[in-house]
Amino acid sequence: MNTYGVIAKFDTPLALVHAAEKVRDAGFKDFDCHSPFPIHGMDDAMGLKRSKLGYVIGAMGLTGALFGFGLQTWIHSIEYPMNISGKPFFAYPAYAIITFELMVLFSAFGAVFGMMYFNSIPRFHHPVFYSDKFSRVTSDAFYVSIEISDPKYNEEEVKSFLEKMGGTDIEVLKDEN
Amino acid sequence: MLENKIKSKAEIRAEKLLPGNQNFTTITDDIAGVPESKKTPIQWWLLFGFALSLLAIFAGSVGFLIWEGTGIWGINNPVFWGWAIINFVWWVGIGHAGTLISAILHLFRQNWRNAINRFAETMTLFAVICALVFPGIHVGRIWVAYWFLPIPNQMGMWPNMRSPLIWDFFAVFTYFTVSLLFWYTGLIPDLATLRDRAKTNLKRKIYGFFALGWRGGNRQWQHYELAYLVLAGISTPLVLSVHSVVSSDFATSIIPGWHTTIFPPYFVAGAIYSGFGMVMTLSIIARKVYNLGHIITLEHLDKMAQIMLLTGCMVGYAYSMEFFVAWYSGNAYESFAFVNRALGPYWWGYWAMIFCNVVVPQFFWFERYRRHIPFLFITSILVNIGMWFERFVIVVITLHRDFMPGAWAMYNPTIFDVSIYIGTFGLFFTGFLLFLRFLPMVSIAEAKLVLPESNPHHGHEE
Repeated sequence: MNTYGVIAKFDTPLALVHAAEKVRDAGFKDFDCHSPFPIHGMDDAMGLKRSKLGYVIGAMGLTGALFGFGLQTWIHSIEYPMNISGKPFFAYPAYAIITFELMVLFSAFGAVFGMMYFNSIPRFHHPVFYSDKFSRVTSDAFYVSIEISDPKYNEEEVKSFLEKMGGTDIEVLKDEN
Repeated sequence: MLENKIKSKAEIRAEKLLPGNQNFTTITDDIAGVPESKKTPIQWWLLFGFALSLLAIFAGSVGFLIWEGTGIWGINNPVFWGWAIINFVWWVGIGHAGTLISAILHLFRQNWRNAINRFAETMTLFAVICALVFPGIHVGRIWVAYWFLPIPNQMGMWPNMRSPLIWDFFAVFTYFTVSLLFWYTGLIPDLATLRDRAKTNLKRKIYGFFALGWRGGNRQWQHYELAYLVLAGISTPLVLSVHSVVSSDFATSIIPGWHTTIFPPYFVAGAIYSGFGMVMTLSIIARKVYNLGHIITLEHLDKMAQIMLLTGCMVGYAYSMEFFVAWYSGNAYESFAFVNRALGPYWWGYWAMIFCNVVVPQFFWFERYRRHIPFLFITSILVNIGMWFERFVIVVITLHRDFMPGAWAMYNPTIFDVSIYIGTFGLFFTGFLLFLRFLPMVSIAEAKLVLPESNPHHGHEE
């Protein structure tokens, strides 16, 4: 029987934001606030830094644009110069569309797969899934979870700390064996 | 006592968009209840059977087309672009409203979109699939359709990147891929909801697999929201580019009636117009069959009708401006092309277009008609008939009489033109009905954001 952390339920988005602020101020690092929808102002309440995903998307977009323009230039100037109605081989205005489309395509891949990378998904096993009640978090429940990996973690202290700030249904996450 | 009566703006808006006493639990139950229910409505089975029979017609006709070649169509000198191109442009156009609703309205923070965006995005996906069928089969020898792609081959041959047709291929392909990613990203939290509510192990495994282990933590929402915002941001110029590129298939040629710079904006407006028509048709049916009138409300239908009025007026403006420029240019061929549209042998196509796209939406100036469901249902279908005729006017009427009277001819579609077009409805509705049965048709996570209590600053604004 291994222990992974403690979860506590809160009733409203507002209560969850206040709880997040207190957990942050108490100096915890490995904690998370779970909700059925994104809550406005939660990033600040948890003390999270800005997502770095934007840089990934920007880099991917630039790669896509350069690849698109480079591909067309290489095809028509070097690999396969085709004379069509006497138009120039390096007809860069005509390359704008495909350059743009590939920029968008690459950025979209960057956004989705970058998001998956930063979120470490797909990941089908997580300690929070050991709790049965936690499954309501994708419907109408709001939870704070504090993980055992946090240096300040002490099971009894964390439990009373969460209870004091109004958390209910406090559970210790344990696996079955 | 007085302050209890004063409602915040957010509350008034929420009352209109989510009437009745709704909370996070009821929203989840109502929306997730549809794919979870054991009993499928009888109307669903009837529609699905109908869609499957159309799909069979589609498969048979396309099979015969591949066997026999494009000669089974009515295309002949001088009209070599017939129904296939009309249908391609029509289906792509329908898809555009989905992206407009999910991306552009998201950027403008129009929360009312949250009830219809999933719906509209799904419509986009299947509409673009239907659209992609046509260029695919139009090449005749579809087993070499991969020649579109810039891949190294033994012939040392590459596509001509300066051709609008290859731009079109890249634009529509990108559009499909980005729409799929956008749609799936939006679905992840909802799939997690279905996973957590699943009654059987098999359902939990299937939904759970696609939910990717989503657990709704803010450390996930943080990156998720940024990804979603960026996808909306890049989809916006993308959707505007796609129909502009489609229009350049026509506009870069030198055919009178096609060679105009008004085409890109005019095509985009028409695309949004027809797409909203299709969203309207589908959402009226779905809210009726699944009793979701309290989630997809009259307020939503009213707002969609307003956008149809706007875009309908834009296409109406484009039609009149085309005529003005044809006259003002002093070019005999250009003037003839337009007189021939309105008064030539295909006059009925032109006036059907004017009636459906310019006259019909004028009723939407009046709130009474914007909230009259049977009226909305009929007009939403008329809109798409009108937009089909618009593409018929552009493709067939322009081509059948150009510079040389000796080369004029009429265009006669065959039964296979008709059956493949009708068949794509089978493809579209089969996919769409399966979506309605197995996935949440309204975004569960986003619908909750309309409730004022989802905002922690609610009641603390001052």
